[in-house]
Amino acid sequence: MAEVFFFIAAAGVIAGAAGTVMLRNAFYSVLALVGHLLSLAALFLLLRAEFLAAAQVVVYAGAVMVLYVFVVAYVGGMGQPLAGSGTNLRPLSVVFGVALLVEFCIAILGSTLDLLGDEGAGFFPAFGTPARMGELLLTRYLLAFEAASFLLLVAAVGAVILARRRAGLEDPRELSVADLLRSNEGGTMVDHEERGSLAEAAGPPHR
Amino acid sequence: MAITWYLVTSAIVFTIGAAGVLVRRNPLVILLCIELMLNAANLALVAFARANGNEDGQVFAVIVMVVAACEVAVGLGLIVALYRRKLPIDVDELRELQG
Repeated sequence: MAEVFFFIAAAGVIAGAAGTVMLRNAFYSVLALVGHLLSLAALFLLLRAEFLAAAQVVVYAGAVMVLYVFVVAYVGGMGQPLAGSGTNLRPLSVVFGVALLVEFCIAILGSTLDLLGDEGAGFFPAFGTPARMGELLLTRYLLAFEAASFLLLVAAVGAVILARRRAGLEDPRELSVADLLRSNEGGTMVDHEERGSLAEAAGPPHR
Repeated sequence: MAITWYLVTSAIVFTIGAAGVLVRRNPLVILLCIELMLNAANLALVAFARANGNEDGQVFAVIVMVVAACEVAVGLGLIVALYRRKLPIDVDELRELQG
């Protein structure tokens, strides 16, 4: 029974990956990647990685792919040509891909590791559950856990700085941080002269 | 199922991702192909964790997912910045480092 599920899920994984690369429309590529991720979660379940499968579906296929869909809808890379027009390096890249696959197959099939041939070592009932993963992340891999949290913070700040609006391109209706500071100073000056109302706290009326 | 089957699946997906990075020109699709390669590495890590009977490989896979999320955030931020500056969304055209 496990064999049947494995082959169904592996076919989904490979088909999703091929669709991601080959589909012309970037939106369909994202959808193919979602299918790939769901099939991969099934493979993780077969490998007794329950927490990882759930995180894959919720975080990856749920949150990250929604981010992709929004950016594709915003940028709109629809119907772009599949390969470079003026480049003659494309056959070379295909050759490189085939060579990489051959190399992997030699490495895997030519390996003399004993553990590759059998089902895997015996596992205990709590193998891969959220409780075990949380225990490992907070005891043995605490440093990696903290480094990952710091990395997420840096990436979030970097993404906001990269995607912010630059000076010179801005829409006249937009408020920048400098404008906000300036209007705050104006607001305090008004406060000194007369008691401000809520309408004034919202900013100058011409904004 | 023998662990080798999972490793072969992982190798095929990694190859598809690497070839996609080389062939495609849209930076969005290139980011998706990098995700494919990271997922292939995750599958190999989980397969080896199962083969050895301990969960360390699964913890590694969780950290890889965090790194992938960071890469997506920064990469999509770059693409949005490119779009705002009216630059072409095409890696062949984006060869210069000057703004």
